Parts: sequence; C-alpha cells; structure tokens
Amino acid sequence: MGKLAAFARSCVATPSNIMLSILTLLLLAWLLPELVKWSLIDAVWTGSSSKACEGHDAACWVFIRLRFDQLLYGPYPTLERWRVDVVAALAVLAVTLMLMPVRRTGARKLIGLAALCLLPIAAAPLLAGGFFGLKPVRTTDWGGIMLNIVIAAWSIATAIPLGLLLALGRRSEMPAIGYACTTFIELWRSLPLIGVLFLAVVMFPLFVPPGFESDRLARALIAFTLFNAAIFAEVFRGGLQAIPHGQREAARSLGLGYWRMTALVVLPQVVRIVMPGMINTCVSIIKETTVVLIIGLVEFLAVLQIAFSDPEWLIGDQIRTTGYLFAALVFWSLCFALSRYSARLDRSMAHGPIQASAAQ
Amino acid sequence: MPAAAPNGGHASLCPPYGLPPRRARFKLPQGPLAWRAFLIQAVVLAAIAAFLFWVGRNVIANIARLNINTGFSFLSRPAGFEIAQKLIGYSETASYFDVFVIALLNTVVLTAVAIFFATILGFVIGLARLSSNQLVAGVAAAYVELIRNIPLLLQLFYWYFAVLRPLPGPRQSLNFFEIAFLNKRGLFLPSPVFEPGFGTVLTTIIVMALIGIALAWLNQRHRMRTGSGLHSVRLIALLLFIPPLLAAWLTDFPLSWDVPALAGFNFSGGVTVIPEFVAMAIALSLYGAAYIAEIVRSGIRAVPAGQIDAARAIGLRPGQISRFIVIPQALRVILPPLGTQYIVLLKNSSLSAAIAYPDLMLVFAGTVLNQTGQPLEVMIVTMASYALIGLAIGVAINLLNRRVQLVER
Repeated sequence: MGKLAAFARSCVATPSNIMLSILTLLLLAWLLPELVKWSLIDAVWTGSSSKACEGHDAACWVFIRLRFDQLLYGPYPTLERWRVDVVAALAVLAVTLMLMPVRRTGARKLIGLAALCLLPIAAAPLLAGGFFGLKPVRTTDWGGIMLNIVIAAWSIATAIPLGLLLALGRRSEMPAIGYACTTFIELWRSLPLIGVLFLAVVMFPLFVPPGFESDRLARALIAFTLFNAAIFAEVFRGGLQAIPHGQREAARSLGLGYWRMTALVVLPQVVRIVMPGMINTCVSIIKETTVVLIIGLVEFLAVLQIAFSDPEWLIGDQIRTTGYLFAALVFWSLCFALSRYSARLDRSMAHGPIQASAAQ
Repeated sequence: MPAAAPNGGHASLCPPYGLPPRRARFKLPQGPLAWRAFLIQAVVLAAIAAFLFWVGRNVIANIARLNINTGFSFLSRPAGFEIAQKLIGYSETASYFDVFVIALLNTVVLTAVAIFFATILGFVIGLARLSSNQLVAGVAAAYVELIRNIPLLLQLFYWYFAVLRPLPGPRQSLNFFEIAFLNKRGLFLPSPVFEPGFGTVLTTIIVMALIGIALAWLNQRHRMRTGSGLHSVRLIALLLFIPPLLAAWLTDFPLSWDVPALAGFNFSGGVTVIPEFVAMAIALSLYGAAYIAEIVRSGIRAVPAGQIDAARAIGLRPGQISRFIVIPQALRVILPPLGTQYIVLLKNSSLSAAIAYPDLMLVFAGTVLNQTGQPLEVMIVTMASYALIGLAIGVAINLLNRRVQLVER
C-alpha cells in the first residue's frame, strides 16, 4: 500500500506533475483499450479455416494456431519433426541440469561442460540426418523458430570463446598479436551485419578452392561467428581492463604462467564483471537471427511473410498484424527475460566482492 | 613548477648521454622468454600470411575459372535501371558511378533523418525516465523495454507492411492540417519556393548570426574577467528576429511553400517521400530512441547529487543548474556512447534491403553486383563506404566530445 500511495503522490506532487500525469493518462487511454479490444476481446480464437476471420477487423489467432507447426519448424519434413523435438528436449534437460542447485562447484562445472560439448554433438546429426538410418534433411529445409534458435545457439557457443581469445590477443604484450587481433576486431565491427551476410554468400565461394561445397546456412553461421566474436571481444576487453594490475602481478609472483594466471586469476573475475554485457550481446544475437531472411533462409519472420501471401489468408490486414504481434510476443518474452536477468546480475554485482576490493 | 623528467631525473645518465632518448630500433630478442615471444609472433604472422596467400590464390583461380571481369572500369558503364528515390538528377544513361552516388546519398539522408528524430525522442524519453512523476517514468521505461526487446527487422516489417501499405489511396489520404498528406504512395510534404529577394533575407540572417556570435564571445570574455555578464543574450535574440523579419517585410516575404494538392488520382506539387523511406525512418528512429534514452538516463544519473545540492546552495536557479552544472557534466558521459549508437544506426539502415528502400546495400551490393557480376570490387566499395561514413560520424562526435571534456591542469 505504501508503494501505491507513493506512486499516487508522485503523480500529483506539483502542478506540472499533475499536467504530465493527465497527458500520460490520455495517451494510455487512447492506446491501451484499443489494443486490448483488438487483440483479446474482439479477437477470433476458434475456427478451423480462414473463413472464421473473414471481415473481422481484430486479431485472428486462428491463423497462428493453424500455422503453428510451420512457424515452429519451417519447411522441415513433417515426418522428421520429432527429431527437432528430441533436440529441444535435450536442450531443456541440459539447461535444467545446469541450473540445478548442486553444492559442489566441481560437479556443476562438469555438468555444464558435458552439456555444452555433448549437446551439439547430439544435435547436429539428429537435425541434419544421414546417420543411423535417419533421413537426411537439407539445411535449406531448416526453418521457423527452430532455425533462429540454431543460429543463436551456434553463434553464442562459438563467438564467446573466439571473442575471448581475440580480447586476450588485443591486450597481449606481443605487438604482432595485438595488431593482428585489433585489426580483425575493428574490421568486423565497422561492417553492418547485412553486409557481412552478403559477403558470406557472395564472396565465400570465391575465397575457397574450386569444388569446395558449402551451403547457405553454413556460410551464414560462419558470418555470425566472426561478426559476433568481434563484439564479444570488445565486451571482454572492458572486463579485462577492469582487473587491477596488482592481481596479475600477484599471480606472476606466485609463479603462475600466462595461461594459468589468465584461467585461474583473471578470467573468473572478468566473467563476473562482463556477465551483464555478455547477456546483452546474446539478446542482440537473438534479435539479429531474423536478418538471415534477407539472404533467403526461411527463419521465423520469413515463414510468417510466406504465410501472409498464401491466397487462403489474403483476407485482410488483420492477418499480418496478428502475425507480427505474435512474433513480437515470442521475441519480447525471450529477450525481456534475458535482459531482466542481466540487469539483476548488474545490480547484485554492484555490491559484490570485486567492486569492494577495487574501491580499496 | 618545472616538469620533472619522466624517468625521475636520470635521463642524462642513460645512453646516449644528455640527448633525448631515441626511438627503440629493432633489437634481437634477449633471454629465453623474449625468444619464445618472438617465435610465437613469427609463427602467428606466418600463419596469417599463409592464410591470406591461400585465399588470394583461390580468388585468382576462381576469377580465372569463372571468367569474371576485374577492375573498376564498370563504374563508367551505363547502368540502365530505374531507382525509386533519387536526390540528384538521374537518367537511364547514367553510369554505375552515378548509381553509387545516388545510393550513397539515400543511405546518408536516411541515417541523418533517423539520427535527428532518434536523438530528440531519445532525450525526451531518457528525461522522462528520470521524472519524479512515477507514472511518466513508468511509461518511458515500458517504451524502452518494449522496443529494445523486439527485433528491428520485425518492427520495420510492422511499419511498412502493416501500417503504411494498407493506408488508403491518395483520395482518402490522412490529412495533416492541409499541409502534409500520408497515403499508400508515400508522404507528401510542402517544398519551399525561393523567390527573388530571398538572398537578401538569407544574407541578413547570416550577418545577424555572425554579430550574435561575436557578441556572445565578448559576453563570455567579460564574464570570465569580471564575473558578471553583459546581459546580451536578449539582444542577440532580438538581433536574430527583428532585422530578418524587417528584411522579409521589405522584400515582400520572398519564401513561399509549394503545398501538395490532389490533382486527379495523385498529388502534385511539394516533395514526395516514398513509403519505404517513411517506414525506415520511423523504425530506425523509434528503435534508436530507446537506446539513446538509456544513454541519456545513465549520463544524467552519473552527475553526483552533491553537485546539484552545491549549485542550489550558491543560489543558482533550476534552469541555471541544468545549464551550467548538470548538462555539461552529463554530456561528458553521454557523448561517447551516443556516437557509437549513431554508428549502429547507420549500420542498421542497411536493413532496408528487406523492404526495398534503394540504399547503398540494396542498390549497389544488390542490383549493381548482380548486373556486373563483379562481387569483389562491388563489396569492397560498399563495405569501405559504410566504414568511412561510420568513421566520419566517429570523428565528428570526438570533436564535439573534446569541447565538453574536463580541462585538467
């Protein structure tokens, strides 16, 4: 009650505040009822074809329900979709295991490492097929939300280690390695992602020996890895710069070499500092996966766009708006959850041991 | 106090005695650690060189195999295709270089417009988030969290396919005070028409502005010397308004507006902004504003509360507190990430390939690349253009940043 009272009081504290409150309330009164009415109250929830929504200017959730499988799997063959489900179940299992409250940090690390290494090894043959009598599924048939998740997971898993190496190299005492890493990072950071994807699609065949086959998805994945590695490198650099020099000197004086100093003393502190930045980068990677639509991969938005142009659903603009609203809900809930988590880490770290020792 | 020698006064003891230290020349590594570092670097450099050599050889082999033309001579060949938005004259006989200039201008104009609106909106929302009115702060926070967590491409599709494209035709346009009209063919804005005598008014404005700048400088100098201003601010404001108005009145108001008007099935007169531009500008501005709002908020919160208390204690008024205490200190924190955000906005403008706004990425790296079949040259030119515009934005922000930096003694 106290919070609510303070909220109410803050809205009418001064004459200018009262006026601002009235303006804001007018804006909300103009937007919210319309939105709720359009998307929930007047919306069409039941039906088995586009007939249900025809001539009905409100959200058409029937469209999403009837197209749900396509939005999820894209053109992945219907009979093989159980394989995607298995991979998804494995991923959920891995995440649950990692989040389980295990006392011993050693066991926790082991589980995390096992999940990180085993999941892709299990996922790749399952999704692509061609092994153990599984029907091969070409990557051009991968699509829907599944493709967004594959690209995001791959980019995050590969770009973080590469970015870390680049950041370490950029701060290296060896000038040649420092210049090489800096050039690499700044080169990728100066390019727009679409440009990098165009490069990957148009130029990659020129860069490799004749006869070297690579599909479009593989090129996009390479582009995502390199592009995001440069971004992660900058995130890590911030963390590396925040470690007091005394930490390194102390590690050296204990007789630790470069790699052991980095792994045992520097990195544990860096990871804590850059965790919010890393999660924010993961959020932008998730959002960026939609861009592969431009190079012709059928990810989530591409499936939506194709579904809109289906003659059966050319019944009005409400179909499009419903589709975009649904896509926005999917991305928003995922990214908002992640960014909340990162904000919480940020706050809890403000009182953490590193800040305290750095302040001394 | 005279400056001490950087290494504590022993400079004259180091060889070569008494001379400034020479730049280190290449020395053979000394000791096993140095040799190891030398070897590691040599191996890494050799690996990079080998990789580049391998790629270069592949490129040459592929170019020979696929019979691809090389060189930049294609730039002078006629392009022969139409572009939906051109800011300078263009005909079917124009060369690929003209196409490049037009596409580059389209990118620059879009980025500039988006930066302009994103900055204004971003500052408003960033300030709203800091409002003591919790309702206003909450709505601003909701805006930021909504926009930042939805992919830009999705927002762009929404504005283009779900808002602008379903708009009615010219006859049922959305009418903004009979001045501007929005319909499915685009945004129709009035354009200025300069009549004879406009030069006089313009000259008056420029001269008065110069006088105003000189007065402001004198005022600043006087304030620095004596501590009190000359109150010339109001005079400057008068200078900027009265003489130009007088000049305009004497020359019979030589500026008029060509307002678009419905003629038949479309509008004539004024300027037409294509719907693709409108969608890009809206999406980029709204998206960029969410990030700029966060930058502004953290910049203002970085000003210690004690500064404001102190300013109040010495009797500054609220307006003076923000002008002399808060804004200069907040700008120091805001400008560097703001510059980064502008460059991000430039890079995001290349998303226009998805809705066919004719920018550099779509027209040059798309159409021109396909027509000429010279991916290497076209991609190098495109990427270098983006890098250079980004660099220009960075340099501009750095110059601005230098002005607001703390002068340390």
